Amino acid sequence: MIFSRFAALAASLALGTMLLGSCNDKDNDPAAEPQKSVFSVELENTVGNRSLNLDTDTYTTPAGDQFTISTFKYYLSNLELLKADGSVVPLPDTYFLVDHANKASQKLQFSDVPAGDYTGLRLVVGVDSARTKAGNFSGVLGDDQGMWWAWSKEFINVKLEGTSPQSPKGGLVFHIAGFKGANGANNTIRTVTLPFPSGSKLLVRPDHTPEIHIKVDALKMFSGLSTIRFATVNNTMGGPASVQIADNIAAGMLTVEHLHAN
Amino acid sequence: MKTAFIDFLTRLGPLAGAGLLLLLTTACGTGGKADDPSPESFAAPTPYVLLVPPLFPKPLPQPADNPLTVEGIELGRHLFYEKALSLDNSKSCGSCHQQSKAFTDGLARAEGVGGTRHARSAMPLQNLLWEPRLTWDGAHTSLEQQARVPIENPLELHQPLTAGVTRLQKLAKYPDLFGKAFGTSRITEERVLKALAQFERTLVSGNSRFDRYNRGDQDILTPDEVRGMELFSIHPNGRIRGGNCSDCHGGTLQTDRNFRNNGISSSFGADLGLGGLTGKSTDNGKFRVPSLRNIALTAPYMHDGRLATLEDVLDHYNEHVQFSSPNLDPLMLNTTNDPLQISPNLELTAQEKRQIIAFLHTLTDEDFVKDPRFAAPE
Repeated sequence: MIFSRFAALAASLALGTMLLGSCNDKDNDPAAEPQKSVFSVELENTVGNRSLNLDTDTYTTPAGDQFTISTFKYYLSNLELLKADGSVVPLPDTYFLVDHANKASQKLQFSDVPAGDYTGLRLVVGVDSARTKAGNFSGVLGDDQGMWWAWSKEFINVKLEGTSPQSPKGGLVFHIAGFKGANGANNTIRTVTLPFPSGSKLLVRPDHTPEIHIKVDALKMFSGLSTIRFATVNNTMGGPASVQIADNIAAGMLTVEHLHAN
Repeated sequence: MKTAFIDFLTRLGPLAGAGLLLLLTTACGTGGKADDPSPESFAAPTPYVLLVPPLFPKPLPQPADNPLTVEGIELGRHLFYEKALSLDNSKSCGSCHQQSKAFTDGLARAEGVGGTRHARSAMPLQNLLWEPRLTWDGAHTSLEQQARVPIENPLELHQPLTAGVTRLQKLAKYPDLFGKAFGTSRITEERVLKALAQFERTLVSGNSRFDRYNRGDQDILTPDEVRGMELFSIHPNGRIRGGNCSDCHGGTLQTDRNFRNNGISSSFGADLGLGGLTGKSTDNGKFRVPSLRNIALTAPYMHDGRLATLEDVLDHYNEHVQFSSPNLDPLMLNTTNDPLQISPNLELTAQEKRQIIAFLHTLTDEDFVKDPRFAAPE
């Protein structure tokens, strides 16, 4: 009997929905279904306060090492929007590969996002280990993106290559990669929380296309928790030095500069 | 009358002519084929479904105005092997792009009509569906656009395509082949290029022993080949040994589709590679990272064919990188198996080099080089 009562309830609800659908504009009836909309993230790659120009520009670390950058690529994944009340709205299946050589990759688009007032963003710099273990990759996770370690089956989470006169052989190769090692000792995947500048909220609404402007400062890889000197650290393929750089990345490579309400 | 009308249109130029025809057909509403006053009875071409090998990434988007068709590809195959597209009827695309050599020619630098020498080595034609930029310096982004270059280049087939079209018009087989491919028998430069591009898109190599290993046939490689594959894919850091190959020749496609200076020259001659195209001095000496698929068939090696064998190539990367070369790739600089990380050289052992070369041979796709669909028509 419970079943039939449930069935009757379901039928009347369905009928109600149909009636609402036929006579009401959905947008005017928030009770019918949660409103969804869009937002985007614009990533501005910098070196300190300077623009990142591949190959041509020479930069200096806070410790005084000079360097150029020929490649700067990184994964961002598992994005979540945060609300003031502490609740979290995950944005499912979000994996992005940002490549400074590819302008289009520096703008991330989100759709079907529940409307709301958001006060921050949380994301993974890199590809989470669960997704890595699941395999079956395509698109930005494909092995043609130059970010996959075939022999250990791990992703390069952040890749920076370049040159430095302080490096004994002149090169810089930082492949901040992997998550394995005893007790995750070599884990370079980092989750970062990025509060929006005080007072600003991301208002996700129908008819709005707000944008989050994030600054990604490559210089922060080499300073912060650990000072990286190119004379000694210039070629990391995972391992302890990569972990140090991953900690620097988590401590401040990404900051939300401002929001556009749009 | 009909001929005179077409002559008139030809003199107007193709665009104006088409525009006029469009006006005419719109005005009288006949609904006939806009580019041919006398209707021909060619059936619509058959859509061709290209099979992407397992584990391959999704192909790049292809031009919407040139969909693959069975008949278009067949026409493209005839044109690919058509010597009338060369100045003296001596060469076709297939002269420098021979199927048995994964569509290369075995020469250091390609030989054109009359024995002229190109500055660069003929590139293999394979898996072009995944290449965003074509040729050694990436000068071209579409096969339709690129196909004209070797036909007209004085160092290659050396004949304006417009002259090639005139010659094709005199060959008996083409009206029917063009008709089946494009609906009317009219032979145009655009159609030649489209058909060539269609044929090239079908040149997919994805059934080497390497592929079959990756698809799960773990017994298909010998222990030496497997060890070679490991070395190939590892960037050494003093704790783990590797050949440092796959940072650039990585993944299923065996290329990162990038442009890099691998240190074969300490200074550059006339051919600046990517720098010649972009005008940026920081691009000088950078050339496309070619896929290593079928690499055992495509000797000699490098953009100018300066290295004769795979052994020479391994020796280059191991001990002959020119460290003074401007814009040398960082991956060439910081890479050694020296446990102290001091040696400038890669420091592979002779056995490791041999194992890497053994692995490179697993990239040969016998099906691809014997596929009758890619061979010269009977």
